[in-house]
Amino acid sequence: MSSRQDILGKIRSSLGAEGTSAGKRAAVEDRIKTHRRNTVPARTDRTPADLQKLFAEKVTAVHGTVATVDGMAAAPEAVLDYLRQHNLPAQVILAPDPSLDAAPWADSKLLETRRGKADPDDQVSVTSAVAAVAESGTLIATSGPDHPSTLNFLPETHIVVLPAGRIAKSYEDVWDQLRARHGAELPRTINMITGPSRSGDIEQTLTLGAHGPRRLHVIIVADA
Amino acid sequence: MNEATALDFNKNARSAVKDETLRAALQRGGAHFQGNRRAAIDTLPEFDRLRDEGRAIKDEVLENLDHYLEIFETNAQAAGGSVHWARDAAEARNIVLDICRSVDARTVNKGKTMIAEEIGLNEFLEENDIRPVETDLGEYIIQLRHERPSHIIAPAVHLTKGQVEQTFRKEHDDLDPNRSLEEPIELVAEARQVLRQKYFEAEVGITGANFLIAETGSSVIVTNEGNGDLSQILPRVHIVLASLEKVVPTLEDASTLMRLLARSATGQEMSVYTTVSTGPRRAADLDGPEQYHVILLDNGRSGMLGTEFQDMLRCIRCGACMNHCPVYQSVGGHTYGWVYVGPMGAVLTPQFVGVDTANHLPNASSFCGRCEEVCPMRIPLPKMMRHWREQAFEGGQVTGIQRRALKLWAYVAQRPRLYHRLARLPVGVLRRLAGRRGRLRSLPMGTAWTAHRDFPAPQGKTFQEQWAAQGGRTA
Ligand code: SF4
Repeated sequence: MSSRQDILGKIRSSLGAEGTSAGKRAAVEDRIKTHRRNTVPARTDRTPADLQKLFAEKVTAVHGTVATVDGMAAAPEAVLDYLRQHNLPAQVILAPDPSLDAAPWADSKLLETRRGKADPDDQVSVTSAVAAVAESGTLIATSGPDHPSTLNFLPETHIVVLPAGRIAKSYEDVWDQLRARHGAELPRTINMITGPSRSGDIEQTLTLGAHGPRRLHVIIVADA
Repeated sequence: MNEATALDFNKNARSAVKDETLRAALQRGGAHFQGNRRAAIDTLPEFDRLRDEGRAIKDEVLENLDHYLEIFETNAQAAGGSVHWARDAAEARNIVLDICRSVDARTVNKGKTMIAEEIGLNEFLEENDIRPVETDLGEYIIQLRHERPSHIIAPAVHLTKGQVEQTFRKEHDDLDPNRSLEEPIELVAEARQVLRQKYFEAEVGITGANFLIAETGSSVIVTNEGNGDLSQILPRVHIVLASLEKVVPTLEDASTLMRLLARSATGQEMSVYTTVSTGPRRAADLDGPEQYHVILLDNGRSGMLGTEFQDMLRCIRCGACMNHCPVYQSVGGHTYGWVYVGPMGAVLTPQFVGVDTANHLPNASSFCGRCEEVCPMRIPLPKMMRHWREQAFEGGQVTGIQRRALKLWAYVAQRPRLYHRLARLPVGVLRRLAGRRGRLRSLPMGTAWTAHRDFPAPQGKTFQEQWAAQGGRTA
């Protein structure tokens, strides 16, 4: 008997579920299909403007930083500002994400950009995020040709340019969006990112930048 | 392989309580995790409702586990993943080895996975000339020290920074011997630098899974460092080690459990990185693994279904039970002698290594009930420890007098009010019995318990009262 059959057989006999179980199977399939929501914390029952405020508070609480700009046109300057403040080189690896194309990256003489996946030597990445969750200050990035996952982890500094309209209330809202966009098959990787990388493994002392980015900066782009 | 030393619980405990460094480390860890958890749940009024829902999700999955696993398998395969079933540790190890050999792997990077500990994977890979590299900082430290994790989410909680410094100086001997390495930030930076190079050498990355999602055939990991992510997106092959009970129906259900997990574990609202992985990289993707394998491990779990231990399969490995356990907090994780420690370990270990090997463990409890109070999945841990105790008892490992004493103990322990009253009463009596040593060798009411370790004589307050006074808070 294969291990698979053996294990499933043992499960069924432990549960006393031998024999036909077509009814149970249908119930389970139904349970999955309905995407039933459990309790979603009430803290996100707010207006969109308030939601943006909550999101920014939550990001700050987990040691991320937030800036707000009026439109995509101002994004490159906001990136430069941040890099200057932290004495970082004005060279970034930019996600090949068409939603970032609206910003005039090439116009800036000071900012050097390359597009693609991250290399070990890249210090700063700039990406977007398909969504964000106000409840916990979480960014949602999905892998694809427009957003290689290495951009979220290899560089020491990760800057996320986020259109304000993408701030959702809860994870549940984001799952519905992703299902609508991708159908049955999700992208290979969905990264839910809540603050910069950290470790508390040595005497429970909070230390940022354990393996992933030491700094996470979100530039919220107000709706045009 | 990965033999249990649970048999030595009393010997382990005796040396552990004498170890001042360990006690200081445990105290710091305990206070930290308890305080953070409290603060996190105080700001979520829905917490208890989420616990009820979390329990219901897992109960329903367990009742239909065969169906959920089959649906998970179908969907994982549809996304291009491979699913392997392993009856026991040996099968799981061999599946990993076969996959590694198929790509001529010399180095394997590992995100933190308790299942790898359970099946003794590192030793096995080494025997087969494959180098496993732990990438979680805590796991990396204990791998260098050839130790076992002493906590399921904070594997190096028993160590001080001075001990970590010593280890790094010894092992990273190609670095400048005069470098400063006193502060955690310097230690973390050094580990980051050393491990960075290793990420690019490995052909295979192995992670665990906090959840498997039946709906999408995905696996989910939760980390703070980002090591689990680099371990899965840089190598060519990603292997997920998961036990059967990790499956949940939908992304919505996983979300509910996430809200419980980080708060109960570290007091965070969310861990920094929660990652949902589905299949291998897609044709147009610029990075990510070319192969995605999920190994579903049984190792005795199917036999727990339908028994008094079924509820244990709801466990989401948050560690809250050990963070709040007075016994764990005084003896530390290594005393438990195997992979799973604290109250959840006292229930699981006899299941895996046999109740005769681990017959002390269910007794390693003061039955104060704090583990059950804080368990996000509302697992009746004390009740299950009593089940084991009764089984040891029926197995004839207990004498007649102990039998009567244990029955009485069980009766009392199930009645918290009576327990608290009795526990407070005999203070004077017990202290006289203890004499000047201040420790009791046998307790009339529970000889079986004290036969395995000295029972500290009460110092005028009950354990729970002292605990509260020392800043240990009741949930
Ligand atoms: S038994 Fe409960 S408290 Fe302990 S690790 Fe499991 S879920 Fe957490």
